Amino acid sequence: MASLSADVVACPDCDLLQRIPALSPGGSAYCPRCGRKVATSKPGSLERTTALAVAAAIAFLITNVEPLMGLSLAGREASTTIAGGVWQMWEQGEKITALLIALFAVIAPALQIGFLLAILLSLRRPPAPRWVGALLRWVEIAGSWSMVEVMMLGILVSLVKLAAIARVVPGVGIFAAGGLILLLAAMSSSFDPREAWSRVRWVKDEGPQRALPSGGVDAAEAGR
Amino acid sequence: MTSVARTGMSEGFVSCGACGLLSRPAGAEEPGECPRCGETLEFRRRDAIQRTWALVITAGICYLPANILPVVRTTTLTSEETDTIISGVVHLYATGSWYLALILLIASVMIPLAKLSALAYLLITVQRGAVRNNRERARLYRLMEIIGRWSMVDVFAATFAVGLVRLQPLMSVAPQPGVLFFSGVVILTIIAAESFDPRLIWDSSQGKQETND
Repeated sequence: MASLSADVVACPDCDLLQRIPALSPGGSAYCPRCGRKVATSKPGSLERTTALAVAAAIAFLITNVEPLMGLSLAGREASTTIAGGVWQMWEQGEKITALLIALFAVIAPALQIGFLLAILLSLRRPPAPRWVGALLRWVEIAGSWSMVEVMMLGILVSLVKLAAIARVVPGVGIFAAGGLILLLAAMSSSFDPREAWSRVRWVKDEGPQRALPSGGVDAAEAGR
Repeated sequence: MTSVARTGMSEGFVSCGACGLLSRPAGAEEPGECPRCGETLEFRRRDAIQRTWALVITAGICYLPANILPVVRTTTLTSEETDTIISGVVHLYATGSWYLALILLIASVMIPLAKLSALAYLLITVQRGAVRNNRERARLYRLMEIIGRWSMVDVFAATFAVGLVRLQPLMSVAPQPGVLFFSGVVILTIIAAESFDPRLIWDSSQGKQETND
């Protein structure tokens, strides 16, 4: 096969050189040495991911605006949003923890969705400008610190604890958060960073015409 | 393995840590920048072993106060009590939510400890040039990357209790210093796992085979 093709990669986990075979739709290729997934074929990834990202953006807004849960005890009531929890933490002196929670539950997911939408829109006319490359790096970092699903379990835990002493009412926000978790997971798994990178304009003008090692082993393919 | 594995490094290629592009480096000492995305290229993550050790040790030190110091204080008209991570788990177990108690025990107590031990094990085996169980060690590393974030569960739970329960003087919940150490442990172990380079696991066997040639 071609010796200058972009389908020769080094496994990110063990550095083994391998060729990505032609994948059947939905199929994945795994490193034959360490077993890491090195590529997945995602037909129609651009359109599907765009739709999911728009839906995730809406769910994100509702999650952050609406109360997550309410509490009533002896005729008195209270409710909180994510921002409310963060604000109370800050007010009561745990400023670093407040910032971390804001980062994991609000800022990181917001950047993850926002950056991805910007990337997807600019990929429609390849070659995409170089800043798309910078965003591609940031969307990965934002995704690794976005912990909406962990937050959900945390809310569930405090809900069960509080239910023993007061009446707890789930708010609209918590249902939106449930939807957001599913949408974020679907969005990340339908996005194909390899495809995206292949549409980005190169920093150096030489372009992809560089001699790469030919042959090597083939990554092992497996169906979905 | 019977044949010598051809890796990027052994063939003189470097793969970009950001975009994954395989390219010919500018030089062996200074690989230069990725021609596609401009990221500084590295054959292996820089000072991976020292950095990971430093983070593992710091996280290990924070682990003690994180478990000993109280995380929240609950004040009601008649009582005031502080809870550590462990006493929170015991409370949950005693009030009948044994499944949630189990989740918290695993997420807050066992996962950080397992992560620290696993990282120490990987670091020690890499430093001793171990060539066995490479595939299992690689799998251990990947597992650790996935489960680490779940340790934040207790910090989220505390934050929502603090945000929600503001019914002074009837009942209120306030955060305590343990929360800071606990989130410290989680963050440090996540960064530690990221600064480790799993390719080091395979490099020792690479050296062995090359000298055997």
